[in-house]
Amino acid sequence: MKTIYMDHVATNPLHPEVLDAMMPYFREIFGNPQSIYEPGIRAKEAVENARAGTAALINAKPKEIIFTSSGAEANNFAVKGIAYASRNKGTHVIVSKIEHHSVLNPARFLEKSGFAVTYIPVDKYGTVDPDDVKKAITKETILISIIHASPEIGTIQPVEEIGRIAGEKGIVFHVDAVASAGNIPVDVRSMNIDLLTFAAHQFYGPKGAGALYVKEGTRIVPLIYGGIQEGGRRAGTENVPAIVGMGRAAEIAKRDMQKRIEHVRPLRDRLIDSVLKIERVTLTGHPEKRLPGHASFVVEYIEGEAMLLLLAGKGIYSASGSACSSKALKASPVLISIGIPAHLAQGSVVFTLGEGTTGEDIDYFNETFPQVISRLREISPYAKGWEGAEDPTCTVKK
Amino acid sequence: MSPAETRQSQNNQLKFLDSPLQADATTDIIYMMCPMHLLTIEEQVREIKAGQVLSILTDYDGALDDIPAWCRKTGNEFLGIYEDTDHYKFYIRKKKPDDRQDV
Repeated sequence: MKTIYMDHVATNPLHPEVLDAMMPYFREIFGNPQSIYEPGIRAKEAVENARAGTAALINAKPKEIIFTSSGAEANNFAVKGIAYASRNKGTHVIVSKIEHHSVLNPARFLEKSGFAVTYIPVDKYGTVDPDDVKKAITKETILISIIHASPEIGTIQPVEEIGRIAGEKGIVFHVDAVASAGNIPVDVRSMNIDLLTFAAHQFYGPKGAGALYVKEGTRIVPLIYGGIQEGGRRAGTENVPAIVGMGRAAEIAKRDMQKRIEHVRPLRDRLIDSVLKIERVTLTGHPEKRLPGHASFVVEYIEGEAMLLLLAGKGIYSASGSACSSKALKASPVLISIGIPAHLAQGSVVFTLGEGTTGEDIDYFNETFPQVISRLREISPYAKGWEGAEDPTCTVKK
Repeated sequence: MSPAETRQSQNNQLKFLDSPLQADATTDIIYMMCPMHLLTIEEQVREIKAGQVLSILTDYDGALDDIPAWCRKTGNEFLGIYEDTDHYKFYIRKKKPDDRQDV
């Protein structure tokens, strides 16, 4: 059976050149970068070389990069580390309502620890209005954290403008760029960003490698204390192969970015045009200001997980976009935030394309997806409409 | 020495200053812990010229013992500590190349 991977926002395969770059560090160059003899020195050189490549992807200086184990760690580090470093200046934090849980949950943790958090709403496309951020700022505000692009609905936020507002007020600005960095241009200087989270596996690097950019001169409390790695800001023996992989993947992403965008965008547009011909299907997220390989929809009368299973049965691998809906059968907070009613949010499905996606793949998908929807609607109790649903605004079991 | 005299002698070694000094270079390692203060000094002292003053900003209490001791060990001049609201400012003058190391 033909299989098509359409979940590039979940993760990506390693680029062959990345694997080649990593291999020696699993084998002969296995030294600890903190060791002062030859194998250690060579490992240290590799880490510093990777730091330069990683920094260049986002126009940062090498010393502004702290390697972490993941995007989630970098987000936790940023939110907690800045809040605790600045708590003598103020105790108010601003985030959007559509942040990833690795920002939302640390924010909730801060609320339990004496901080106040404002959750900024978004419009129907999932866009944060910079004016809303401006209005939420108080004398106590020490941190603004906004996601650059939503993995769930693809919408790209006006981070440059929010960064300008934060900069004018002297407030630290963190951006979660896990879904965007390596896929669309990210420039921490022109976007006025103080901290930025990104992860290697989102741009054909390995899992287990993330980074937090911290602008020179920004004070941050470490999340992990211990040794002197990462300038004492993130202890733990360096994951040398993964870091090397991140550096190489960043160099390739920078080199091939435009080519990759021009490859996935027309394929994505063909997919969207085809899917929107199906009755009672809506595109979620912004129609233009969205990730180039990202298409997300809500399909009425059927349930997202059923679509994923039937599509997987046809060799098409995709996602419902949120762990809330796929693992906990709850409506996704992101979809609720953009005004999708809970019963519709259950029909969420996300397709994300990558450099390996072909025109044939899209043909096969465009032919298969309507069949899957027809089949599921045949057996759906709501196929003739939502009438009869006890509470059409909420399908979550209390 | 009585305990009070010992304490006085330690305080003299620590050399608390009433106001901050002028520094040629400043390095901020607030929130970093042991041994970052010692590694950072070594690195930063290498960057400045002999006779220039380096200021180190830290909130790590262990630095109160370690930085003056590092200066004694390496022969660099320890100028003193200014206690700011939430951190210390340590001042070190880099030794001349011909100064003998006093260990």
